[in-house]
Amino acid sequence: MEITEELTIPKLFYEKASFYGKNKVAMREKEFGIWRPITWLEYLEKVKYIALGLVKLGLKPEEKVSMIGDNRPEGLMAEIAALCAKGTGVWLFQDSLMEEVRYIIDHSDTRFLFGEGQEEVDKAISIFHECPKLEKVIWDDPKGMRSYDQDFLISLEEVISLGKELDSRQPNLFKELTDQGRGNDVALLFYTSGTTSLPKGALLTHYNMLTMGKNLMDVDPCFETDDYVSYLPFAWIGEQMMSISCGLQVGFTINFPEATETAQANIREIGPHVMFAPPRMYEQMTRTVQVKYLDSSWLKRTSYWLSQKIGYRAANRKFKKQSVSGFMKILEWLAYITVQKKLKDHLGLSRVRHAYTGGAAMGPDHFRFFHSMGVNLKQIYGQTEIAGISVVHRDGDIKFDTVGKPIPETEIKIAEDGEILAKSPSVFIGYYKNPEATEKTLKDGWLHSDDKGFIDEDGHLVVFDRSKDVMTLSDGRPFSPQYLETRLKFSPYIKDSWVIGDKKKYITAVICIDYQVVGNWADEKKLNYTSYMELSQKPEVYDLVEKMVRQANTDLPEPARVKKFVNLYKEFDPDDDELTRTRKLRRAFVESRYKVIMDALYSESDMVHIDTSITYEDGRQSHIKIDLQICKVPD
Amino acid sequence: MGEINMKNATDVLLEIEDLHMSFGKVRALQGIDLKIRKGEIHSVIGPNGAGKTVMMNCINGLYSPQKGTITFEGQQINRLKPYQRAGLGMARTFQKVEVFGGLTVLDNIRLGRHLHYKSGILSGSLYWGKTSKEEIKHRSFIEEQIIDLLEIQHIRHKPVGMLPYGLQKRVELARALALEPKLLILDEPLAGLNLEEVEDMARFILDINEEERWQVTCLLVEHDMGVVMDLSDNVFVLNFGNMIIDGTPAEVQNHPEVIKAYLGEEDLYATRR
Repeated sequence: MEITEELTIPKLFYEKASFYGKNKVAMREKEFGIWRPITWLEYLEKVKYIALGLVKLGLKPEEKVSMIGDNRPEGLMAEIAALCAKGTGVWLFQDSLMEEVRYIIDHSDTRFLFGEGQEEVDKAISIFHECPKLEKVIWDDPKGMRSYDQDFLISLEEVISLGKELDSRQPNLFKELTDQGRGNDVALLFYTSGTTSLPKGALLTHYNMLTMGKNLMDVDPCFETDDYVSYLPFAWIGEQMMSISCGLQVGFTINFPEATETAQANIREIGPHVMFAPPRMYEQMTRTVQVKYLDSSWLKRTSYWLSQKIGYRAANRKFKKQSVSGFMKILEWLAYITVQKKLKDHLGLSRVRHAYTGGAAMGPDHFRFFHSMGVNLKQIYGQTEIAGISVVHRDGDIKFDTVGKPIPETEIKIAEDGEILAKSPSVFIGYYKNPEATEKTLKDGWLHSDDKGFIDEDGHLVVFDRSKDVMTLSDGRPFSPQYLETRLKFSPYIKDSWVIGDKKKYITAVICIDYQVVGNWADEKKLNYTSYMELSQKPEVYDLVEKMVRQANTDLPEPARVKKFVNLYKEFDPDDDELTRTRKLRRAFVESRYKVIMDALYSESDMVHIDTSITYEDGRQSHIKIDLQICKVPD
Repeated sequence: MGEINMKNATDVLLEIEDLHMSFGKVRALQGIDLKIRKGEIHSVIGPNGAGKTVMMNCINGLYSPQKGTITFEGQQINRLKPYQRAGLGMARTFQKVEVFGGLTVLDNIRLGRHLHYKSGILSGSLYWGKTSKEEIKHRSFIEEQIIDLLEIQHIRHKPVGMLPYGLQKRVELARALALEPKLLILDEPLAGLNLEEVEDMARFILDINEEERWQVTCLLVEHDMGVVMDLSDNVFVLNFGNMIIDGTPAEVQNHPEVIKAYLGEEDLYATRR
């Protein structure tokens, strides 16, 4: 398909929907235990009436329409409808705290907010009076909504019937609206989850979104017969990239899980052909396998161990682009039919053609793990400002320490100071109401990523780390803390880690254990504990973590090894600002918050006293007094 | 018009008069009178050993009281067996969960639906025609009205015994709802739950009571005063088998004898908020 300057997402949507009509399933949603299909015709009708309903409510071109809630057909319909009505779409993470919601709604000048049900409506009600531009809040799930009577609330059904009314009076209006507009009009206002500051709103045009999808699919084509499962937040650009940029162009079927908790099971039922998820999802899958492995019988453990050995051997040869012998192929086939086939099925990966990871660094161990099972996992590199993606691995040319080569129409170069710069038709047009930031990021059409990296001998881009995160080791060499953190996280017992050591004598780490996995381990060992805090400080758990740290230290040069670590008394949490919504560590913040711990790690003491209070989600506070052990890791 | 009179006549769903229950020399209930009106949430509170659970057991037929009458929808039910009372539309949950640990969540709920099934063993084993239609009808009721309401989609096929306590309590409630009861007896539904689970459960009770689809009258035995005072239309206070007061939450909170009965037992007033 040709992406012209005239093409917009609504035009493409109208064309696809009228082409497929009722003969093809556009989406499926699992509801009441059954996968319910929605055809393109139904999709079109719904979008049409919602769009006209918005027009009837007074939406003017370029005004903002925000969406918040779980992944569900209504969410996507609302987004497309907002675009068809010539508005601009804004997505919020559904677990955003009140303050974040208020900031984005207010900053974006949102007039209409689509929420899902009671929870979102409650959030909207409490910020409504602080956001003067917000006019109507639209909800679609009636559960628990019986006693709400605020006049700014309106149900999706009512919006649809307003739309129907308008349609009966002006039957051509919808078509006229979708026909207007050009590729360079703003489609989405996308707030980036800043690791350092307040979120910034990136303005993305229809052209940005569509060219990105096209260029990605020039590398890895998708087909209209493909299935895709949409379960990651729409507020993440990666999900927009799959569901809108690629989905609308090829017309594959988008599947929505029944509930957040059922996503993994629902993925297995669908068996998607394409998958794009941040590393934490793959890390979670790895952890699931590792934990099940620990729990299983001797026979299963042995066959798993053997198949892993074969898988790793084969994967390593493929990475090195060496040929695989006939004997090895037979072994691979054996490993496939005995173990890998089942394993892939359980993880929902049995039909996956391309599995992408992006958004944060992924450790080589995880990468190798998936390739050893025969899953074609590839790195993607990009950012919201380039509509999601600029660099990807090619089939058969995968190196787990790189992110691959630029997609078509994309240029990548490295600035003198090592910063990665990118240029492509998908580069955004600027930040909303923030010219200074725009000026800093966009220079002569080049997007300044603020990431450090280099291009290796094969022309692959290597992303080192965020510029501000690159550390200097004691011997003066630069070092990426993320690299060590992902190595530590390969252990199923470690959920999160924070590596410290910039310009220090040695490297240290703060570890957050995985409550469930370590908890099960402790149960088996008959260790008593009542809370995360208590469990994390058990000497036995320290021994376990020490073993894991030692494992991560192997093969690393002396100055890059973790010398001391401490088990934190809680997990890192986005609600405490320690992580971004996409679960990236906010280094500057944790450094100031846990300064006592940091100082203690570089002192002679083997104990750090914590005296602090924590606030729970519901506003309760509790006081914490605890002594954290500091553990030295012998070489 | 006669409508008002009619309403008064049918207003009372369950009526207990002069109920006495003794175990040997222990007089657990000493002449209890209670009226539960349609559509309300009526709570029963009292210190440990006050006779709350005995009262519930008398109502649903696990115990037969020595004296007194129990009337459900105008019909005296003293002599009816528990399953017959269930057939009239009375369901309950238990203080300590009583679920079938080896069965899946779905099967536990189906069991609660048992009374509504019409087909017999023979046609059930053939599973053909009317029988399969009936099964589909009940399954869609379970899925649309219960599993969705109580948000237990993710555990539908899990054996109940493997689930955490909080979810087991939810499954028990689901099973009680499957009966589509007119009166739901909840015996300490919040005991042993954490704060988040308490909030969820309180919301479910309100939904079941208020949602147009359900509008189930609830008889709630509970220690969490915060929740009791928030949810209830009326509160019945029991102490050593005697009623202290039966009134609105506000009346109960200000009643001198209630304060006295709870004096020195501050933990009973403790609420998780």
